[in-house]
Amino acid sequence: MEPASRLDNNHELTLKEFPYIIKWRDDRCKRCGRCTAVCPMFAIYPTVAAHRVVQSIGPIPTPSTERRVVTVVKQSSNINNYCTGCATCSLVCPNDAIEPELNPNHKFIFYKNTGGTPYTRGGRRNDPSISTLDRLKFTRISMLTDPALDAGRHEFRIRTYLGRILPPEELPVTVQGDDVMLDTKNTTFVPPVREIYPVMIGSMSVGALSPTMWEGLAMGITYLNEVEGMPVVMCSGEGGMPLRLLKSRFIKYFILQIASGYFGWDEIIRAIPDMVEDPCAIEIKYGQGAKPGDGGLLMAHKVLKLISEIRGVPQGVDLPSPPTHQTKYSIEEAVAKMIQSMYLAWGFRVPVYPKISGSRTAKAVLNNLVRNPFAAALSIDGEDGGTGAAYNVSMDKMGHPIASNLRECYLDLVKQGKQNELPLIAAGGVGKRGNLAANAAALIMLGASAVSIGKYIMQAAAGCLGDENNRCNVCNIGRCPRGITTQDPKLYRRLDPDKVAERVVEVYKALDVELKKIFAPMGRSTELPIGMSDAISADDPAVAQRLEISYAC
Amino acid sequence: MCRLSAITSNDYISPIENILALETMKEGHDGSGMGLILKDLGGDFQQLKQYPILSGICSKRGLKTLDDYMTGEGFRLIHTWSPTLKHLKGVKAREHYFARAYDYPPHVADSPTEVKEELLLRTRLALRMMGEEDESIIVFSFYPDVITLKEVGDPLQLCEFFNLDTANIKAKIVFAQGRQNTNYAINLYACHPFFIQGYGSMTNGENTAFIPIREYLKSRGFPGYIGYNSDSEVFTHILHYVCKTLKYPLKYYKDVITPLKASEIETRPDKDAVRLLKMSLRFLCIDGPNCVIGFTPEGSCFMVQDAKKLRPGVVGGVKGKVALMSEECGLNKSIPQRICETDIFPMKYDMVIVSPGAQEVKVWNQLQGWTTIMN
Repeated sequence: MEPASRLDNNHELTLKEFPYIIKWRDDRCKRCGRCTAVCPMFAIYPTVAAHRVVQSIGPIPTPSTERRVVTVVKQSSNINNYCTGCATCSLVCPNDAIEPELNPNHKFIFYKNTGGTPYTRGGRRNDPSISTLDRLKFTRISMLTDPALDAGRHEFRIRTYLGRILPPEELPVTVQGDDVMLDTKNTTFVPPVREIYPVMIGSMSVGALSPTMWEGLAMGITYLNEVEGMPVVMCSGEGGMPLRLLKSRFIKYFILQIASGYFGWDEIIRAIPDMVEDPCAIEIKYGQGAKPGDGGLLMAHKVLKLISEIRGVPQGVDLPSPPTHQTKYSIEEAVAKMIQSMYLAWGFRVPVYPKISGSRTAKAVLNNLVRNPFAAALSIDGEDGGTGAAYNVSMDKMGHPIASNLRECYLDLVKQGKQNELPLIAAGGVGKRGNLAANAAALIMLGASAVSIGKYIMQAAAGCLGDENNRCNVCNIGRCPRGITTQDPKLYRRLDPDKVAERVVEVYKALDVELKKIFAPMGRSTELPIGMSDAISADDPAVAQRLEISYAC
Repeated sequence: MCRLSAITSNDYISPIENILALETMKEGHDGSGMGLILKDLGGDFQQLKQYPILSGICSKRGLKTLDDYMTGEGFRLIHTWSPTLKHLKGVKAREHYFARAYDYPPHVADSPTEVKEELLLRTRLALRMMGEEDESIIVFSFYPDVITLKEVGDPLQLCEFFNLDTANIKAKIVFAQGRQNTNYAINLYACHPFFIQGYGSMTNGENTAFIPIREYLKSRGFPGYIGYNSDSEVFTHILHYVCKTLKYPLKYYKDVITPLKASEIETRPDKDAVRLLKMSLRFLCIDGPNCVIGFTPEGSCFMVQDAKKLRPGVVGGVKGKVALMSEECGLNKSIPQRICETDIFPMKYDMVIVSPGAQEVKVWNQLQGWTTIMN
């Protein structure tokens, strides 16, 4: 009797199990092979098949059949060569002969754990439903009782502060005659504060991003600062920065991140004596919204020459950052000492703030920071933030949405009267559905002093293909079809850094106009409307109640 | 948009002058309320300047509660003024309108001013709380040499209702507002001018930054920062916070509510301090169209505009009598003998300050500094 394994195909998957199914059209395909060559997952491959062809030659129909061996494009049913739906095949096909189609009934994650390795990926939480931020609308419109402003004509000051702000009672000022002057005899430490644009580019490392992508972003924000007069800043992510940039005057537009692996910090510390400008700020990463409790991970295949030099490590090894800062053992250690150490490194001239992942415990961290006079801000990264590599379970099921987390932290500060002392930076899903200005403005009105974006700028400035239907999302394997998250020169050459920079500038200029279009009808222009919660409403009573805003329907 | 009429004078004047000025601006108020503050009092109260005056409205039951409370706290009633009411169609009369001068309780009689001011504030707030629910007690101010009167109705009609033209009630500084209701419900506590510990202000406009400012003020831990039935009450409290709590000179009120841009601050001689003030007081920056007219405890009056100068406002007069009005026609009515060419229309960087007794008028410009207009 034949063994069962020979009779059925239980060990094979049908294409119905896959999240994307390739639609290939035999009649259009000219067999150029571009699609199979470009596929980052090797999900499609050229093969041959025997076809029975009915044909008729001559003026009178005389059908005859012929068996031919033809070249075809097939989709792999190997789970590790699944089609990610990136559609790079469609992009390169000259005849529109191929495209992936979303299969909503797929059972992909049932099987994507071969070898006992859970599914890992990049991108953000796979939840295409509408986010809380997109449920908020701006409903306080200036009508007749006060005139709306003109977004195109009036002056708007869309700026914010990054840094610990002293309460007015503690300022080292003195009244001299009719003037308030700086009291030079007062030894009160005035923490450094930067005036920045309220939407910053969040932490994405050189390494996670390709050289062309990172360079494009850096050029874009430099242009915004130097030419457009918009003080947009960008965070380095963990892993240091090119030495030339560290020693340049442009370093003032960058926030240097230190995370649990301390990658790149040997080079940064060595560069301090040669720095001609201070960096904008130092961000201490304790958590990331996309993967709370996980450290960073740069896969070995991304650790090439440039990265190894910047990070001070050998080439071709995995670079995992631990989930926590291993040298510390308590919040006092982890936060207070580290913040002060970083202040010391730059002579107390650079703001230092921690970044945590959104969490129900965020308020505990917040209150610790409130009591720490050196903490320059608190950055909270919500669950919809992106990442270059993480376990799917962490991304999909771990974390806290940013809206309520931020709101409760802000209201806690209000209760203590500290809402202007410790700026809150909100991140995680800002612009998830493309509504960058609206999401940013809503977070500001919920209490954020600034917001951070990451995934959005990759999508808008470089055409990142990833989405919340798990399209693409292979940032972790180093084969980004757009050349954004890869260290392979063949791939990142696809991305022109000048074009990325151009797009960054376009995105920010458009964002600035849109923010004005939001603030103008609400009669706000002189200061950022932080905590202007009467301006927004939710379309869901439960959301409105939780955020302590109005419900509008 | 409400209409504002403030007159500061070297002589005692009747509030009727302000009301007649408001009448010329009548298209701007809808009869939803009038508020009056008289400071530096003449008439009945001229000899009682050191005694705090409780101004408000109460019912018969409320009057008993009020008397019991004040007696219990040790205050001794010295003098009561109540307007003689002329019942008019369209004005719903309440039972008792009053301005009552009290002597301090013996245990604070010799206390410093701060202690007395704290007691007066605490007493006013306690009375407000007692009568808030059933409106049996409404108190507007409790402070020496200040009377506040508020009611719903058209200013001229209310003048007749209170018989202000014949009342022996005068002052050197009179603030009046004819209200255009934009606060949904008509509430007397929403009626300008507002007053706290010697500082008063009234506004025509809408403060779009109201909520963050309110939250900031309420979280200062100062008991007087409550109420906010009107978004304009915060202007008075910011004034109090800047000048009384932080002890900054009056001109910095302008720098707090309409801060300069970073590049503009660099032109100021006090830039190092102003830069810090701007950051630390960021939440007190106002927005939206607002013209604020206010006074300080020592009797200076001022007018400031929002950062875009979206509201009208004019200051003019002669030495010894200067009016701060929301419209020129009000000024013409009050001080027709002045030289109109010297009228001041403060722009977005300006703060017009009139010294006590209207002896001097100066303009503080955030970028250019002082200009003396009348001396």
